[in-house]
Amino acid sequence: MTAAPLFSQSLQSYLLVSSLLFAMGIFGLLARRNLVAILISLELILNSASINFLAFNKFCLVDKTVGQVFVVFIIALAAAEVCIGLSLILLLYRRKDSINIEQAKELKG
Amino acid sequence: MIIDVVFFGIVAITLVGAFLAVSLKNVFHNALALILCLFGVACLFIYLNSEFLAIMEIIIYIGAISIAIIFAIMFSQPMYQKDEKRNPVKIGRSLAIAVVFLGGLLWTLRQAPWPNAGTQGDYSLQAIGKSLLTENILPFEVVSLILVIAIIGALLISNTKEPRE
Repeated sequence: MTAAPLFSQSLQSYLLVSSLLFAMGIFGLLARRNLVAILISLELILNSASINFLAFNKFCLVDKTVGQVFVVFIIALAAAEVCIGLSLILLLYRRKDSINIEQAKELKG
Repeated sequence: MIIDVVFFGIVAITLVGAFLAVSLKNVFHNALALILCLFGVACLFIYLNSEFLAIMEIIIYIGAISIAIIFAIMFSQPMYQKDEKRNPVKIGRSLAIAVVFLGGLLWTLRQAPWPNAGTQGDYSLQAIGKSLLTENILPFEVVSLILVIAIIGALLISNTKEPRE
């Protein structure tokens, strides 16, 4: 260990960033009551997973395409999820005139 | 080193954007902060040698997903005028759970023996395309099927002029 390695060239710094993003996403998912805000927190969690995939792809894998292909799938699934989620939110808003999740309790969940 | 200074700037943009995206009261401001955070994530992707995915992140996440979220906020008229009330007990509980998750992740981060395979390799778009059309052809097709189903489902759900059956 003669020269200190660059922070941008070590796996751990990327994992730290993605852990912080994930924790903020979990916090938003639990604390917010607005459905759109919950969807935004979900995007943060998906992005932290993408950063993790690419960090492991760069530092831990020999084949450098595996992680990138996975992130392509994550982005496509996130698009599908937002599409369904937003249409459900708009439907709920039209029915209840509110998107506070505490007023959507017909299923007694 | 300049490369590390820029890296810390990008990390700061990402984390500040994420913090604002979950903490501001107004949903519209949350969506704008989400755009800031996603831009930082795209810059991190460039640091991870994945320029293609950085561009896809900007096109799909910022250009499509964030704009769709903003459209949904705008369509439901008073949503961006109402600020939600806060419940300190609920926020404290969520914060505790988030800190537990973060602690677990950081503990793993310190303990686990991460393998090191070097950073040399073929990151090119050609390699991604070849992988998508040879060894990952099945997931690729399944994703296209899922997108079609999601579009049809969204159209069916949001088209409720008359009650069905």
